[in-house]
Amino acid sequence: MNVISLSPVDLTIAAALVIVVAMLQWRMRLGNTKSLLIAATRTILQLLLLGMVLKIVFAASNLYWIALLSTIMLLAAGREVMVRQKRRFIGSWGFLLGTSSMFVSAFSITLLALLVIVQPEPWYLPQYSIPLLGMLLGNTLNGITLGLDSLTRNVWEQNSIIDGRLALGETWSNAISDIRRDSIRVGMIPIINAMSVAGLVSLPGMMTGQILAGTPPLEAVKYQILIMFLIAAGTGMGTITAIVIGCRRLFDDRERLRLDRLR
Amino acid sequence: MSDLLIKNLRSSTPGLTIQGLKALDLVLHGTEITVLHGPSGSGKSLLLRAIADLDPSSGEVWLGNESRVSMKAHEWRKRVCYLPTESAWWFETVGEHFPRCDSIYFTRLGFEDDVLNWKITRISSGEKQRLALARCLSRSPDVLLLDEPTASLDEQRTVLVEEIVSDYSKHRNVPVLWVSHDRKQIKRIAHRLITIDSDGCIEELTEKKN
Repeated sequence: MNVISLSPVDLTIAAALVIVVAMLQWRMRLGNTKSLLIAATRTILQLLLLGMVLKIVFAASNLYWIALLSTIMLLAAGREVMVRQKRRFIGSWGFLLGTSSMFVSAFSITLLALLVIVQPEPWYLPQYSIPLLGMLLGNTLNGITLGLDSLTRNVWEQNSIIDGRLALGETWSNAISDIRRDSIRVGMIPIINAMSVAGLVSLPGMMTGQILAGTPPLEAVKYQILIMFLIAAGTGMGTITAIVIGCRRLFDDRERLRLDRLR
Repeated sequence: MSDLLIKNLRSSTPGLTIQGLKALDLVLHGTEITVLHGPSGSGKSLLLRAIADLDPSSGEVWLGNESRVSMKAHEWRKRVCYLPTESAWWFETVGEHFPRCDSIYFTRLGFEDDVLNWKITRISSGEKQRLALARCLSRSPDVLLLDEPTASLDEQRTVLVEEIVSDYSKHRNVPVLWVSHDRKQIKRIAHRLITIDSDGCIEELTEKKN
């Protein structure tokens, strides 16, 4: 079965819908119009660029090209985690905390999936490796962003409670335990929701794509289950890593709460 | 317990350092209440926090012959307890904040036994202040750093708190550093009086009692 090719007119109709929402927001003075339009424009440009890059990378199927593309994806994800925080760690920590957590989780799980589970030939076959990594990075990014944002916001707002617990002689780890637990939970909410309603309410994006491209539904389902589990593992590991390291960073060697490490 | 030795202590809190605040040299003796007095903004709380190691500081603090840096920070704070004016409460009920439920201080501070079941959202600022003192004492600290511990209390409760603290200090040989603005209170409790003026000069004024 061939994929029905989309014409520019088809995309224009979809774009018009977004513009309608933007105009509504503008007329009702809801704000956010600008960020909606910027995000929509970014989608067009970034995906077109990716399409062209993938065409080249798929044709070459060269490990170095794939590594380069993966690095760029990781750095972009790390930047995105950083700029979406209301309060973020100052200095290089702001960027490195999210980026290294994503590297640890998303990269290692993608490698595991390629080498042990899917086993394409060669293992880095870009048709598999790039979409896998992309899905893992995208979802891990969400978890880490939400988790870190919850962590830094709550610590900022509840600093007198943490300070009071420290003053009573509690360890730093104990003093921040409630916030740490909450932040990890917040980071995991999207993937838990996605897994809970998958198939009942939502047809996950990747499965939709495969079915549209003509894959038999059950094959698509198996892939989707695999992806969901990989994403859950990646989000969990990435969020836990980022939150645990982030919590430690908020205290110094004498277990003092250091809000000056946030801004 | 033992004396608290403060040598050349200076708070170095980022962004909060008080211009001209002199370094503190002080020995607090067991059973003695030392009152710290001075205009607001002169850095009294910062000094107390620096002693408890809650803020970065330079200088040394010794409890008897044990140096502050020789123990873990949370152990130090368990022994050298800082009681802020505004207490923090994070669980739903009062009782959850107490490690042991046998605090004798509840009755002495005028609470019934059911205080442990009280909801934090429903207690008044005066009750909070007394409960915070009970919470602090129930952990049996070796030094008390009290930051205006009677600021939200009426006169009768104020005197009650003064008695409880001075009993605790006497029976356990515990030094107390007490921030107070109240002239009458200072007269009642102070064995020694230390003032900080608005330029940050620290001076020992008088030996009131004994």
